[in-house]
Amino acid sequence: MEWSWQFVEEILPDLFRGFLVTIEATILGSIVAAILGLVFAILRRSDNRLISRPVGFIVEFIRGTPLLVQLYFLFYVLPDVGIVLAPLVAGVIGLGLHYATYTSEVYRAGINNVPRGQWEAAKAANLSSFQTWRYVILPQALPPMIPALANYFIAMFKETPLLAAITVLELMNEAKSIANYTYRYIEPMTMVGVFFLAVSIPSVVVLRWMERRFGRIGQE
Amino acid sequence: MFDFYDRWSGYIDLILQGALVTIELTLLGCALALVMAFVAGLGRLSQHWYLRWLATTYIEFFRGTSIFVQLFWAYFVLPLLGLPITPLQAAILALGLNVGAYGAEVVRGAVRSIGREQYEACIACNLSRFQTMRYVILPQAFVIMLPTFGNNAIELLKGTAVVSLISLADMTFQAQVVRAQTGSTAVPFITILILYFLMASAIAWVVRRLENRLTEGLEGTRK
Repeated sequence: MEWSWQFVEEILPDLFRGFLVTIEATILGSIVAAILGLVFAILRRSDNRLISRPVGFIVEFIRGTPLLVQLYFLFYVLPDVGIVLAPLVAGVIGLGLHYATYTSEVYRAGINNVPRGQWEAAKAANLSSFQTWRYVILPQALPPMIPALANYFIAMFKETPLLAAITVLELMNEAKSIANYTYRYIEPMTMVGVFFLAVSIPSVVVLRWMERRFGRIGQE
Repeated sequence: MFDFYDRWSGYIDLILQGALVTIELTLLGCALALVMAFVAGLGRLSQHWYLRWLATTYIEFFRGTSIFVQLFWAYFVLPLLGLPITPLQAAILALGLNVGAYGAEVVRGAVRSIGREQYEACIACNLSRFQTMRYVILPQAFVIMLPTFGNNAIELLKGTAVVSLISLADMTFQAQVVRAQTGSTAVPFITILILYFLMASAIAWVVRRLENRLTEGLEGTRK
């Protein structure tokens, strides 16, 4: 089979439409992961064991199981109990939840990096627990976390093709439907790879810049 | 209780068969990944620019695209390019090369974290470059790599679920079969979620054991 540029040109609009869905899922998923990760991290630090232990187990469980199976679970099992999610919504929740277990580790490392003296000073200044987090701990803990968080958002971007399995019409699914329709696999599949490299290589450059700008913590 | 067993025992067997495929893929994928991690990781530290360039290209390419795209590419495109490849081979190739690229960065980071004085001591002892790596640097660096390797192995285990999409009968695939045959979704999916979690826990446990053994008697490590 020969590579045909003309065919590539024909399928480009369809692929681009799928690419926009991929970007949409990544951005929404990142927002969910960023917020939920912080919730997980704070709950796991709770002094109440009835909160910290179960949350810890849930986080470990989600991190130890494949995203694909979790997506199936959200998409196929939840309707049995009356929760019907649109494919993209299920996909965003799945991505967000899965990566929240990773971002919660970043938050944990970032929070642990704040010196003890800051906690003690906050207590001495009679700040409430909310005020301590809001005005003392998080403003110091968050900036160094930015590169590590961005790293996971890039990883999430690369996992979005899994959404094709729950019928979201993103880049991979568009490519597959083109391939099934025309029986040409080389061009669509290769172009999917090109699209991904076109985003992930520049984002790695931005990531390096962020690491210089904010410093780095909590990465393996 | 017995009703439940009668109804599900055949399906549970199916899922356990899938679990064997998942375990096989994980072990073979990890073996390939480990080899690639050391080849590419040490390649990036080579004195020859072409080896460095080759290793960097490999690492950036496989880290830059997703495992999913690589798997589909290996499965659909390689046979068209005249390279006959079975689904199982495509899966092991994609998983091993993908995770190997992440592992290569771990190898590089660990080797570079070994202090200068170790290298200087090797030069003073008149060790060759190979001897330096083999007997001095790698034994120390390996301990540093282990925890992250463990995480990578778990990532690979999770990656194996994707092979169900190229019709390899792994655990996720069998769960879909059970779902199609029984119309029940909760039982097969909750079963495989628990099995995946148990496998991930087993990997974590083995790595922790290995770490404890290797760090025994080493200076400056916990315990």
